[in-house]
Amino acid sequence: MRAINQFLSKIREINQRYAKPTVEMSRGVKFSLAVLRIYLFLLVVLMIYKFITVIKVV
Amino acid sequence: MDFFSLLYYRFKKVWKSVRLYLVIAGPGLVVMIADNDAGGITTYAATGAKYGYHLIWFLLLLIPVAYYVQEMTVRLGAVTKRGHAEAIFESFGAFWGWFSLLDLMIVDWLTLVTEFVGMTAALGIFGVPAWLTVIIVVVLMSILVLNGRYWTWEKIALGFCLLNLIYIPAAFMVNPSIADILGQGLIPNLPGGLTNELFFLLMANIGTTIAPWMLFFQQSSVVDKGLLEKDIKMGKVDTFIGSIITVAIAVFIVIVTGTLLNGAPIDDAATAAKLLMKTNQYVGAFMAIGLFDAGLLGAICISLASSWAFGEIFGWAHSLNTKVKEAPWFYISFFITLATAGVVPLIPGAPLVLITLFVQVVAVTLLPAALVFLILLLNDKKTMGEYANTPLQNIVSTTIVGAIIILSTMYGVSALFPNIFQ
Repeated sequence: MRAINQFLSKIREINQRYAKPTVEMSRGVKFSLAVLRIYLFLLVVLMIYKFITVIKVV
Repeated sequence: MDFFSLLYYRFKKVWKSVRLYLVIAGPGLVVMIADNDAGGITTYAATGAKYGYHLIWFLLLLIPVAYYVQEMTVRLGAVTKRGHAEAIFESFGAFWGWFSLLDLMIVDWLTLVTEFVGMTAALGIFGVPAWLTVIIVVVLMSILVLNGRYWTWEKIALGFCLLNLIYIPAAFMVNPSIADILGQGLIPNLPGGLTNELFFLLMANIGTTIAPWMLFFQQSSVVDKGLLEKDIKMGKVDTFIGSIITVAIAVFIVIVTGTLLNGAPIDDAATAAKLLMKTNQYVGAFMAIGLFDAGLLGAICISLASSWAFGEIFGWAHSLNTKVKEAPWFYISFFITLATAGVVPLIPGAPLVLITLFVQVVAVTLLPAALVFLILLLNDKKTMGEYANTPLQNIVSTTIVGAIIILSTMYGVSALFPNIFQ
């Protein structure tokens, strides 16, 4: 239990340490990150769809 | 200055550059040659068996692709003194950082399983049981990382890289037709037209040339070696030489299987080695030894890429220059990754085909993100200063990265839905 708590506090510490991105959020950077989010979202949707169809077959 | 003095002066200058290169050389060579891992050897063997020498020109195109992507990690590592995982966390925040780190952990572990599958299959050809292969590999890699010096680790790793050149004598032993190689291989052509099967193989070749772990590994390796801004030029030379060697090895594998196994169905490199043994025992043995070595090199780099990344983020000591007592978590994470991946091929009925499929799909989620972050980081003038991407470098790298993202996405999607592009 103590180890889990220590681990979780370490995660919180990391989250705090890197809470604010240091890269200058120019239009190009914002656009790239937005496209990346959409791309990854679509990929996850495809994977979930595949998973469901495989489960149905099984 | 007379002629001989000038000659001596020039020689001294060149020799000084060579000596400097030998000091800096390592990260680029190791990452590039390890890129030809067990999965890579299978892809090249299948390419040669299916299309003969016809796709050699395509492999040659991958030299600049590999170089331009990887040289960015050299600049980034030398300037920021941070690994790729830490750079992502710091520059883009915890969300993208965790996404990259967890994705890297999954991709690396799955890829490591495929390396063990390749190594056990390779030594299985010589009658070595799979459990013994796993033990040999784990012990060998333990000795390699526990010596407490990056320099020693790198030189031993370079020794294994040298063994990867075994495909060159193998190619000469099969007596290929030089005229056919030049005539069929160097003139761009798509044998039989752009069929679904050919397209899948081309994408597999690209997928095996640029893998997510390579970005993380080389940048961390540059940092661990302690390369500075002044070493960037030689670091780039190292990467360029590495990219030539990795493609050269791929070409020689294609020549071997294209000569002896043209038309044979090849599902994996171990099958190719067994078939080659029927024609030429030594060539088959070379193929199997090369496959084991490729898996070992891949395993060395992949497990380190994960441990370095974890160490950077969790703030553990994470250098090969540290002893186990000084960096226990670095070595523990290394062994856990290694041992758990090694056990999987030993489990009867383990879903190895599914794992291979998963590697392709999960890599597609990480690779575009890692590449986009790389270009954005290289354009951060505040951090990179004079080493930031120039407009020309941006055009080249963005074109290459854009093409890799599109093709690797198609590769991943076609792995999920095999008939989608028919």
